[in-house]
Amino acid sequence: MTQRSRILNVVIGIVMFLVFWQVLAWIVNRPILPPPWVVLPMFVTSLRGELGLHLLASTARVLAAISLAVITAAPVGLGLGQVRALDRVFRPLIAIVYPIPKIVLLPVIYVLLGITDISKVFLIALILFFQILVVVRDEAANLHPELITSVRSLGAGRRALFSYVYLPASLPAILTALRVSVGTAIAVLFIAEQSLTRFGLGYYIVVRTYQVLRYPEMYTGILAMSLLGLLLYGVLELLQRRLNPHLYLEEGA
Amino acid sequence: MIRVRDLTFCYDSHAPIFEAFNWEAAKDEAWAIIGPSGCGKTTLLYLLAGLRRAREGHIMVAGQPITRPRPETGLILQDHGLLPWATVEENVRLGLDIRRFYGPDGRHAPRERRVKRPEEKAGVSHWLDRLGLSTLRDKYPAQLSGGQRQRVAIARTLVLGPDLLLMDEPFSALDAPTREDLQNLTAQLRQEALLTSVIVTHNIEEAVFLGEHILVLTKPPNREAAVIHNPAARQPDFRASELFGEQSSKVREVLGGFV
Repeated sequence: MTQRSRILNVVIGIVMFLVFWQVLAWIVNRPILPPPWVVLPMFVTSLRGELGLHLLASTARVLAAISLAVITAAPVGLGLGQVRALDRVFRPLIAIVYPIPKIVLLPVIYVLLGITDISKVFLIALILFFQILVVVRDEAANLHPELITSVRSLGAGRRALFSYVYLPASLPAILTALRVSVGTAIAVLFIAEQSLTRFGLGYYIVVRTYQVLRYPEMYTGILAMSLLGLLLYGVLELLQRRLNPHLYLEEGA
Repeated sequence: MIRVRDLTFCYDSHAPIFEAFNWEAAKDEAWAIIGPSGCGKTTLLYLLAGLRRAREGHIMVAGQPITRPRPETGLILQDHGLLPWATVEENVRLGLDIRRFYGPDGRHAPRERRVKRPEEKAGVSHWLDRLGLSTLRDKYPAQLSGGQRQRVAIARTLVLGPDLLLMDEPFSALDAPTREDLQNLTAQLRQEALLTSVIVTHNIEEAVFLGEHILVLTKPPNREAAVIHNPAARQPDFRASELFGEQSSKVREVLGGFV
């Protein structure tokens, strides 16, 4: 797909989305579903006010969680992927823990880590941690032994193998894992922000607007949260295209 | 150049593959090692490369005992081992980058040779040119044919200026015309730059075409080196000659019932 047709696709998507929204608003015809022409101008103005602050808080939490998860999960995944014995010991444990919906641990985390931003960031990082861990582990385990052997024969010791093979090999795995799980991360953020905080889009949507029946304002929050997810996904995709062009080769190119 | 003395080697508790094995190769000789699968030919190559350790006996390359990969030895494997995320040019440069990463420490890079960046660049360009890869320098391995990938692997090794070149069935995954093409190229390259070379193959024609000396391994444990001298190797028209057929029969005879 060329650059232009990608942009065209995005524009078509947005237009279809707005038309769909408008039609649905007509059909439902109740305060709970205001039309886009009411919400969009309000969104633009409030982004510079209260909403912007909440968006900033949510963004900061997600970014902190992503950083924490990458820093911890990537090395562990690499280690498990390359050291068979370690993998054999931990694989059953990970297989059991990986599918547990981590959100159920929220009360436990609050008690252990306190009612601070740290607990919310930790919860999201925990979800991302396992996603990244599993993908990086499998990617590292799939590295051809012959690839390692031939790079070693070029003089590489452990440090050079790390910078020239393991790191570049795990980068696409990390980005893929993040792209897949960024949606879940934001969903969990929404739930975690509904209580025990004064900032964040979850708080804004549920406490500041929904519970006091400010429906159009509530939609500006929903829009902000959706955009946060969309933008993160877009940035990750862009990063992957930039850093791993070999994954986007076109046939016969 | 290579001196194998009383070599004994086995994997874990398996039966030995080599037992008090002796073999010698002089500087600038072109050797081929042939034998059926499981005979230990790849093991021997890995031992020479310093990727495996002898249980008993010792292996000397250029007067030094081999305990780890030696920076002046080049290794080319059947699975080219290119980095899929790097372009042709980046792959060819990889060994030079690794040498710069460590500096001339004598372990990962030759001690005395400190190559400057412009020379490196010229070296990379030279080998890309020589192997017909110039137009492909920005492509990724996934965009290349099997033969082109193996050319990249060869360029990557030769740009480091090795004095010993080890090849483990480098062409066996390629189709016949490509294989012959690369065999011819290997023969030409050997003519241009003198270096000691050892190619492991299970293909009799390949061994006879490329090996001035052919080491035949049979069923393990290997105790004695069976060597066939083959001075006509690497001549362009050797394949079509009567001698080629005779030499091939000789190899076949030594291999006996093992093929």
